[in-house]
This record gives sequence, structure tokens and C-alpha cells, in this order.
Amino acid sequence: MTLELILQQLLAGLGTSLKIFGLTLLFSLPLGLLVSFGRMSKITPLRGLMKVYISILRGTPLMLQLFVVYFGPYYIFGKQITPSYRLTAVIIGFVLNYAAYFAEIFRSGIESMPQGQYEAAEVLGYTKRQTFFKIIFPQVIKRILPPITNETITLVKDTSLAFSIAVAEMFTVAKALAAAQRSMVPFAAAGIFYYVFNFVVAFAMERIEKRLSYYK
Amino acid sequence: MEVFRINNIKKTFGDNEVLKNISVAVEPGDVVSVIGPSGSGKSTLLRCATLLETMDEGELIYNGNKIAYMENGKTVYAPPGELRKARSNFGLVFQNFNLFPHFSVMRNLCDAPVSVQKREKSEVVAEARALLKKMGLEDKEDAYPYQLSGGQQQRVSIARALIMNPSILFFDEPTSALDPELTGDILKVIRDMAAEHMTMVIVTHEIEFAKNVSDRIIFMADGVIVEEGPAVDLVNNPKNERTKSFLGKFQR
Repeated sequence: MTLELILQQLLAGLGTSLKIFGLTLLFSLPLGLLVSFGRMSKITPLRGLMKVYISILRGTPLMLQLFVVYFGPYYIFGKQITPSYRLTAVIIGFVLNYAAYFAEIFRSGIESMPQGQYEAAEVLGYTKRQTFFKIIFPQVIKRILPPITNETITLVKDTSLAFSIAVAEMFTVAKALAAAQRSMVPFAAAGIFYYVFNFVVAFAMERIEKRLSYYK
Repeated sequence: MEVFRINNIKKTFGDNEVLKNISVAVEPGDVVSVIGPSGSGKSTLLRCATLLETMDEGELIYNGNKIAYMENGKTVYAPPGELRKARSNFGLVFQNFNLFPHFSVMRNLCDAPVSVQKREKSEVVAEARALLKKMGLEDKEDAYPYQLSGGQQQRVSIARALIMNPSILFFDEPTSALDPELTGDILKVIRDMAAEHMTMVIVTHEIEFAKNVSDRIIFMADGVIVEEGPAVDLVNNPKNERTKSFLGKFQR
């Protein structure tokens, strides 16, 4: 098997990794914002529920969570699971897990906003919704970009955990190739792909940070 | 008709009775200064007047509209929609400006008139330019707050309050966060507004300024109004011992 073929198969796996990455960000960021609202809510049961949610999702391994999402329907409800459910299970597991982390990042950003910003908006007659979306949230985004970048980079590497329920993302492919070829080359190539992936992520996030540096 | 009236306000934080049955009324064109030692309750009075704090007891009336009234010995506020409308009666200038840092100076001025009051953008922009010119900031409309000095930021925040066309403007120690050499700018702006008969209530530590600019001064201590009267009289011939000793500390 030539290097070209190896790379081709890895790239196909990378496609799946990218899909996991993209879909996780797409759903976990908004879900994380909603969870952070619940976590800061005045309604005590809701706040407690979100605290428990965050605590469990952060306190147990992501791999275990993937197993629960994937095998749960069979063990708990006796439902037959199909191979096509694998990727869906991975996305659900990742979204639930990352939303917990993002929720705490959103909370830290929102709670760090000075009271004066809310008061100025209130006196000017902004509604609560306007105050949040026009005044508070844009400033929160600027504040939380560095920790979001951290999580995003971790997510790139975490996509390899999909391996545990046999989703053919890049790491799964690399392991199969390495075993078949008795070679380190697939691992090395996969490593380089992950690194480049993260390099691009870090670069993009830096650009966004720069674009938001027009104010202090 | 009175622009603003607060009747028999009481406010307690925990065990601390901050305001003990105070009433204040302001007529159109009045400039009223509120002075007193820190902890006297003057800032709380202002925060209750601007709906940032709720009163335990008392009534609040803007331009004849009662937006907080007494029921069974407690203050009841008008519904939220009505309160939001009532807010257009007044403006508030904060001690530490509270400009929106992610908005340019122009957007700081224009956003609320357009998105809250639903006014025509072109008309608002023209008014903002005129206001900035008046404040000596005509070249700063594209600047962001962090690029301005404290005095300039405070002038922007005054303009931001004025563009809403309030019938009364409250100031919460507008010069306290500024370097002494910058306070003069702000005081001049307020003096100009007084000359144009803007109705204002100013909480301040600048006694000389209060004497010069206001019609009336209220001296507060320990949650009560100790003395109230024409500005010059109150500063030059205070009657109450408490007022005398407070003013004495400034005249050295």
C-alpha cells in the first residue's frame, strides 16, 4: 500500500472527524448558552438540575458517556441499534458533554460583566432581551474567546474518542492501517493531520480575537 | 406641574435603614444639588428615583404620572411596560460613566433613541452631532470609549442621556471618578445646561459648584434631609449644627 493510499484513507477519516467537530460546535455552543441561563436562573429547581447536569457531564469520562448514548437504547429500552446510529450517538454524546463545559465558560463571561452595563441599559429603556443581545453578549464573547479556543482545540483531539464505538473517523482509520501495515506511518500522518487541524483552528480563533480588539 | 416628586420614601438594606421618610419635589427648570457625607443615603435616593432600586415605602411621580404608590403600607410599582415608558422621563449620568465599550461614541448616543424610542436614524444622528459639538467632541464620533479621557467619556455619557430628551436629568457624583483638572470640564457642561433651564438633580461633593449652579441644595445625613434651602443661603449661612460641621470641613 502506497503512502498516497494511506493518506487518501486518512483524509476520508478526517472528513468524519471534521463532521463530528463541526456538528458538535454547531449544537453545543447554543445548548451551552441555554444551560448557562438555567445554571444562573432564579428558579431554584432549574438551577439545581443544571448544576447536576454540568457536574455529571464534567465528572465522568466522555468515552463512558459515548457508550451510554450508544448502548443505552438497547440495554435500557431493548431497542435494536443499527450501525448508522453510531455517528448520531457520537454527535449526541459530544454535544451533551461540550455543552456542559461551554455553559460554565458562558457563565463566567456573563457573571464578569460589570453591573453598570446593565444599569446604563435599564435607564436608557432597553428591554431585557435588547440588553442581553446588544450590550452584554457581544462583550461576553470577547471575554470568553480564549477559553473557548482551548475547548475547541481539545474537541479536535477528542474526536478520536469516536473510535471507542467504531465510528470510522481519522484515528480509527489510522489504527486499522497501522495494524494492517505493521507500520508507524499511519499514526505519524494522523498526528500531523491533527496538528495541522488545530493549527488552523488556533489561527482562525486568533483572527476573531484580533477582529474584536477594536475596543477594550 | 412638578417634573418629579418622591413622597415619604423609606428604604432598608438588612438592618440598615438608609432612607427614613424623605420627600423631594422638583419643578421644571429647577437645579437641585444633594450634598452630604458618604453613607447619608443620597446615592440610594437617586437610585430609587431612577428605578435602579425599589423603595420599601413611598410614592414616585413623574410629570403627574404616579408610577409607584402605597398599598397596605408598602410600595407597589406600575407594571413593567409602564415603568419602561416612565423611564423616558428621566436620564441618569453615572459616576463611572458606564458607556458601552463596544460601541463607538456615535453608536453610544444613537442606539437607544433608534432601538428604544424608534426614532428616525438620520434625525438622531444629526442631533448626536449637534450634541457632540456642544460638548467639544465633534471629532470623536468614531472613537471608542477607551480612547477617550475620563472627562471626555463623562461628556459622552451626558450627551447619551440628553439625546433621549428627558424632562429631568439626574447626576450621581459626576466628577468623583475624574482627575481634579478634568472636573472643570464637566462642571462647565452642567453649568451650560443649567443656563438652558434643564431640570437637574445633582448628587455631588463639589460644594462650591453646587452653590454656584443650583437653585436649591438639600443636605442629607443618616437617611434624612437635615436642611434644605436656596443654594447660596444654605452654604453661606447654614442653620443646622450638622450642616455647619459638614460644610466646615470643606472651607479650609
